[in-house]
Amino acid sequence: MLDTVLLIVFSMVGLSLMLNLWRLIIGPSVPDRILALDTMYINVIALIILYSISMGTGMYFEAALLIAMLGFISTVAVCKYLLRGDIIE
Amino acid sequence: MISEWIVSILLLLGGLFILIGSIGLIKLPDFFMRLHGPTKATTLGMASVLTAAMVFFANSASGLSVKEILITTFLLITAPISAYMLIKTAIHHKLKAKDGTKGLDNIEKD
Amino acid sequence: MRLEARFRWLPTPFRSLFLFIVWLLLNNSVSVGHIILGALLALLIPLFSMSFRDPQPLILKPGLAFKQLLIVLYDIIVANLQVALLIMGPSKNLRPGFVKVPIDLMHEMPITILASCVSLTPGTVSAEVYPLIKSLNNDDNPTQRYLLIHVLDLDDEQALIERIKVRYEAPLKEIFQC
Repeated sequence: MLDTVLLIVFSMVGLSLMLNLWRLIIGPSVPDRILALDTMYINVIALIILYSISMGTGMYFEAALLIAMLGFISTVAVCKYLLRGDIIE
Repeated sequence: MISEWIVSILLLLGGLFILIGSIGLIKLPDFFMRLHGPTKATTLGMASVLTAAMVFFANSASGLSVKEILITTFLLITAPISAYMLIKTAIHHKLKAKDGTKGLDNIEKD
Repeated sequence: MRLEARFRWLPTPFRSLFLFIVWLLLNNSVSVGHIILGALLALLIPLFSMSFRDPQPLILKPGLAFKQLLIVLYDIIVANLQVALLIMGPSKNLRPGFVKVPIDLMHEMPITILASCVSLTPGTVSAEVYPLIKSLNNDDNPTQRYLLIHVLDLDDEQALIERIKVRYEAPLKEIFQC
């Protein structure tokens, strides 16, 4: 049963990634695109966790943690750049 | 057997919330409203997927792993901060809000 | 409100405890070596990073803080169900709006926690703190501060302000005693 559920959830997360990509392409403004990227990295974390469940190993959690940290830092850095024209004042 | 049911239900709930967050990102009319989808629905979706992973690994051969708690806490702490930065950027760029938005004069000029 | 900790060598007790727990969670073990190393790091990192930070009020009521954490977690789950229903419904029925909430808190740390709580709970995202000044820690000019929030479906403005003040701000004032 778990395999079927995993397949369904994989396709749900994949569909949301496609929707995020659509928002990333059509914009219309720069903050919209940043928001789409921000959502995309969270969905990628979900994808990694699902993959590690289907493989049955806990090796992938470090990767998920790193993506969470880098995604947050990059969102804040891009926002800071748009706000001030500089990242570190 | 019971744990498999719990994992399945949590995974389905999580996938549903993540999908709803992304649908909100597509469907809502202006930026300020679109911000609500990812900050709330996606965060709860992640929390339930991670809880499912924790229950799954607690019952498998590799034993209990607690790193999921760390990822969940990190996402819960950082989601409001990135939402705050994004909405600050949007106000700075003077993005148009949807017609009929109440209280637009509450925004002060910077 | 108290800015200084009881012991000089332990400037931020709860942050040290948090660092210690995070270290154990990262290593996924409770062996003696990791406990000693984690305790050392939890003592040394706050000491070295003290000089980069402004002094912030300390948590004086840990029990109440824990209870408030549970309340906020419960609200997050309820908020998500509500927002999910709002998003899936027809989007022309939504009545978005900006609301200015007057706040009595004075320091950066409590205001940050309040803004995060507001962002994570029903249909609201905090946008800005007014007036825009460099430091919030100046006690000599205590002007009234406002939190600008964006609401997805605004029904009754006064009820929303009342709800935020009673449910999230009053416990924070109690926890930090300010």
